Amino acid sequence: MAVSAPAPAGARRPRLQTLLGEQPIGYLFVAPFVIFLIAIYAYPFFYSIYMSFYDYFFAAPGAVVDRPFVGLANYTRAVQDPLFHIALRNVVIFLLINVPVTVVVAMVLATALNAAIPLRSFFRAAYYVPYVTASVAAVSIWLWLFGGPGLVNKVSGPLAPNPTWLVNAFWVMPIIALYVTWKGLGLYILLYLAALQNIAKELYEAASVDGAGRIRSFLVVTVPGLRPATLLVVITSVITGANLFTEPYLLTGGGGPDNQSVSPVFLLYRQGIEQNHPGYAAAMGLLLVLGVLIVSAINRFVLERE
Amino acid sequence: MRSIHWASLGGALALILALAGCGGSSQTSSQAASAKGPIQVWYSNNPEEVKWGEAMVAGWNKDHPQDQVTGQQIPAGKSSEEVIGAGITAGTTPCLIFNTSPASVPQFQKQGGLVPLSDFSGANAYIDSRTGSRAGQYKSPDGKYYQMPWKTNPVMIFYNKDVFQKAGLDVSNPPLKTYDQFLTTSQAAVAKGGVRAAIWPAPSSEFYQPWFDFYPLFIAQTKGKQLVENKQPQFDSSDGIAVANFWRQMYAGNLAPKEPAQGDAFATGQAAMAIVGPWAIAQYTGKVNWGVVPVPTKNGMDPAQIHTFSDQKSVGMYSSCKNRGTAWDFLKFTTSSANDGQLLELTGQMPMRTDLPGTYGSYFQSHPEYKLFADQASRTVEVPNVPNSVEMWQDFRAAYSKSVIFGNQSVDQSFKAASDQIKTLVSQ
Repeated sequence: MAVSAPAPAGARRPRLQTLLGEQPIGYLFVAPFVIFLIAIYAYPFFYSIYMSFYDYFFAAPGAVVDRPFVGLANYTRAVQDPLFHIALRNVVIFLLINVPVTVVVAMVLATALNAAIPLRSFFRAAYYVPYVTASVAAVSIWLWLFGGPGLVNKVSGPLAPNPTWLVNAFWVMPIIALYVTWKGLGLYILLYLAALQNIAKELYEAASVDGAGRIRSFLVVTVPGLRPATLLVVITSVITGANLFTEPYLLTGGGGPDNQSVSPVFLLYRQGIEQNHPGYAAAMGLLLVLGVLIVSAINRFVLERE
Repeated sequence: MRSIHWASLGGALALILALAGCGGSSQTSSQAASAKGPIQVWYSNNPEEVKWGEAMVAGWNKDHPQDQVTGQQIPAGKSSEEVIGAGITAGTTPCLIFNTSPASVPQFQKQGGLVPLSDFSGANAYIDSRTGSRAGQYKSPDGKYYQMPWKTNPVMIFYNKDVFQKAGLDVSNPPLKTYDQFLTTSQAAVAKGGVRAAIWPAPSSEFYQPWFDFYPLFIAQTKGKQLVENKQPQFDSSDGIAVANFWRQMYAGNLAPKEPAQGDAFATGQAAMAIVGPWAIAQYTGKVNWGVVPVPTKNGMDPAQIHTFSDQKSVGMYSSCKNRGTAWDFLKFTTSSANDGQLLELTGQMPMRTDLPGTYGSYFQSHPEYKLFADQASRTVEVPNVPNSVEMWQDFRAAYSKSVIFGNQSVDQSFKAASDQIKTLVSQ
C-alpha cells in the first residue's frame, strides 16, 4: 500500500503547536499583564542592578554626562553607612512588633468575626475602613492623638513620655508599628476569614467530643488550619514592613526624631530622588531585597515544615 | 490566528517606531538660543503669584501673537524641586520656571537641565544691573548665570503684638535684639502670653529647614557669611556655635517645641513669634496683630547692619526649551521695572532689584508694613552655589537635629563632624 508523504505545512503545524500550545491566542490575552510586568517591575529591577555599579544620576535627555563605573563602591558605602544601619535597625524593630501583633490580632479577630456575633457585618466593615482610608488622613488623626496636647497624653496623664511619643527616640518605632498594624489589619482579617472557611467543621466537632473547650479548639484546630494563611500574612507583612516609607515621611517629619524612625526605603527616596544619587540608592535597595528574600525564605522554612 | 500574530507584531513595531520618534531633535543649542515661537512657563501655585503669572502671560501675548506664551501652575508634588528634577529627566520641563530654588541649581545644572543665561547677549550686564552686587551669589562655579535672581523674602522675626501685650512686653520696641533678650522675652511670652510656644520653627529633618532657624541667625551673626565659602564650611566657628547654642537653649527650655506644629503655629495663635519672610503676611492678615523685627544677634547689632537669609527664588531656563529666544525675551519682560513693581503690588514679595524703596516709593508709602522688608532685602545672603548642595544641607540638618533640637550631642562635636563631611562633599 502506497503511503503518501505528509504535506510540508502539515509537518510544521505540530511543531508550532508544540511551541505555542493548543490556543496561541492565550498569549495575546496575557500580553498586557506581561508587558506591564516587564515595564513596571522587571525592567526597573534589572536597570537598578546596572545603576548600582555606576556613579549614576538622572540627567536630561541628550545631555552628555559622565557616569563612571564604580564596581562595588556603592555596596561598600551602604554597608559602612551608619544611617543605613540605623534604618535597618529601625525596620527590624518595626517588624518584630508589627508582624507578630498583626498575625495574632488578625487571627483572633477573624475567628471572632467568623462566629455568630451580633453586628458581625458592622465590625467586619469597621476593621476594613482604616485599610482603605487615605494615609494622609489617617496620619493626621494619629498626629493629633499622639501629639503633645493630644488625647493619648491627656489620658496617660503623668505616665505620658517626655518628649512625647512621636518625638521620643524609644517610642517612635513602636508607635509606627502599631499604626501600620492598625491600618493594615482589615486586609489580614479578610485573608484569615477566607482561610477559616476551609477548616472542616468536623474537626471542631471531633475536638469538642474529645473535650476541648473554645481556647483549646482554637489552638489545636484553628491555628494549624490557618497555617497557609499565616505564611501568606507573615510574608506579606514582612515585605510591606520592609517597604516602610509613608510613616517616616508623614508621621515623623522625615524620619525624626534624630533619624530614629528613618527607614531604608525613606533613605532610598532621599538619596535617589532628593539628592540625585540613584546608583547608591539602587545598591541600598538591592541589599534590602536580599534581606527580605532571606527573611521570607526563613519564614517559609519555619512555617511550612510539617 | 496567523493574522492576529502579524497584527500584534505590526502593532509592536509601530509602537517602537513611535517611541523612537519621541527622542532626539535635530535642533542645535545655538539654533535654539535664537529660536522664536511659542513657549510654556510654570509659576508657583499660591493665589497671589498665580494672579501675577496670568497677568504677565496675558500682557505678553497681547503684543506677541507669533510667540505666544502658555502659563500654568507648577504641577503638584512634595516640593517644586522634585517636580522639576523629574521633569528634567523626562524632558518635560517648560522653557521657564518662576520658582527655581537656588539650592537645587547645582543639581539641575549637573543634570544638564539648565540653559546658561550668560550665553545670551547682554545677559550678565542685565542681571548685574538689575540685582546689583547681590547677583554674584547666584553665579555658578564656572562663572556663568544658570538662574535669574528673581524675588526675595528676607527672613525676619514676626511677633504677635497681642500676646506680647498680655505678657507685659514692650510692643512697639520688643526686647528681641540679643540672644539673652530673646530668651527672656520668649520665657515671658510662654509664661504669661497664653501661647504654647515662643517660636515654632519646623523641627523636622528636611534639608531646607535650616534656612528658617539656624541660617538667618548665622548670617546675621557673621555679618553676611554663607554656610560654606571657598569650599570651607563656616558654621564650625565661634559664631556658628553661638547661634546653635542659642537655639539649643530655646529647645531645652521648651520655648521652641520639638514636635511639628499642626498648621501654621503663628497664624493659629500657638506661637508668639515666627521666623519667616513677607510672603506670609497674606496668611497673617486678619488673624494676627503682628509686628516685625530683624533676627537677633549674640550681643545686638544696629538693625541697618543686620543681614539675613534671602529665601530667594530664581527663574531658570530649562534645556528642553526649543524657542529660547522667546524665552529670554519673556524673562526680560517679566523682570522689567514695571513688572517687578506688579509682582510687589500683587504678592508683597521683594523683586531682586536694587533700591526698592526708591524705585517703588509710592507702594511703600501706601504699605508701610513692608518698608522694613524692603530695607532688609538689600542685605540678604543666599545658600552657597556648591556641588552636592542638597546633600550638604541634609548633612548639616542631621548634625543640627542631633545636637540642637534633641540635645543628644554637644554642638561642638556635632558641628565638627558635619564640617568634615561637608568639606569633602563640596570639594567633589
